[in-house]
Amino acid sequence: MRNILLGGLTLALFAGAAQACETVTLGDLSIGHAWSRATIGEGRPAVFYVEITNAGAADDALTGIATPAATMPMLHETVVTDGVASMPHAMSVPVLAGQTTELASGGYHGMLMGLTSALKEGDSFPVTLTFAKAGAVTVNVEVLSLRAEGPECDDAN
Amino acid sequence: MRRRQLILSLAGVAVAAAGTLALGAWRSRVVPDDKLPLPLTAMSWRLTDHRGQEVTPAAWIGRPALVFFGFTFCPDVCPTTLIDISGWLEGLGPDADGLTVALITVDPERDTPEVLADYVANFDPRITGLTGSAADTARVAAEFRVRYEKIARDDDYTMNHTAGVFLFYPDGRFASIIDFHEDRRFALPKIRRILSQGPRT
Repeated sequence: MRNILLGGLTLALFAGAAQACETVTLGDLSIGHAWSRATIGEGRPAVFYVEITNAGAADDALTGIATPAATMPMLHETVVTDGVASMPHAMSVPVLAGQTTELASGGYHGMLMGLTSALKEGDSFPVTLTFAKAGAVTVNVEVLSLRAEGPECDDAN
Repeated sequence: MRRRQLILSLAGVAVAAAGTLALGAWRSRVVPDDKLPLPLTAMSWRLTDHRGQEVTPAAWIGRPALVFFGFTFCPDVCPTTLIDISGWLEGLGPDADGLTVALITVDPERDTPEVLADYVANFDPRITGLTGSAADTARVAAEFRVRYEKIARDDDYTMNHTAGVFLFYPDGRFASIIDFHEDRRFALPKIRRILSQGPRT
């Protein structure tokens, strides 16, 4: 009961701010700027972009993502070799000590295949990130427009 | 007298040989590099745009052109390229109205004109989507020296493809490429260079 009340309070507090600007912490890791782009229909894959800051002294690694929004969420890396872009699977994404790691356009990113429904601008959905050392944490992912380049947050990150 | 004739004919042979060599050198200069796109005037593809209209390279002569390859099921590289291009067009303002801007799909199986229409509607209205048969796609890719490959992924597939943006002068000559990972600040000057040649009247 108390959790529900607290949850309600938190929701009320954050209702005015863009969800993508929220930061969630897990040990030494802070995870924020979680966003995705709207999709045309549910047949196309969606992206998942996020920023992970490791304030600790030990390296960690993002080893997987899970979400009820897609049946096949995967970690990928966009690689351009000799002008040709490909997207190999990434087994894990290094989250080095003292650094901010981005899943972002043109590099490592989450790819959500098998969407359960089309992603519409303004929607949000949870993604659980699993780290080799820190464990798992769930963040809320904000769906921005198909033309978005990222969330606009006050911290100007 | 005979000797003079011999000299003359030898000279003739020499001139002919020099001519052949010169022609060879000239030819080797105009023979296109197999890594760079052909000039539009030497291309022969035939595609359908997202409005259902047939387009040929001849239709692009007279205006500078900005062309790239992609597919609408591409989650990362293609939207990023389209967002970049929309940003460049905004940055150029009305100057960009004289530009042909085209996305050619490497996935004609899924990207019908209707699918392309839905997709390009999300970006700058000056961007045209083009598709064709598998053979049409192979031909246009070959003429642009673009590589693409279907990659099976579980029960689905994705496409590897050349990610750069090709620029052409109004007379159809190939101008330059904006590479995917190139600093985007260099893109606008490259586009201004093809625009400065102006549309041919």
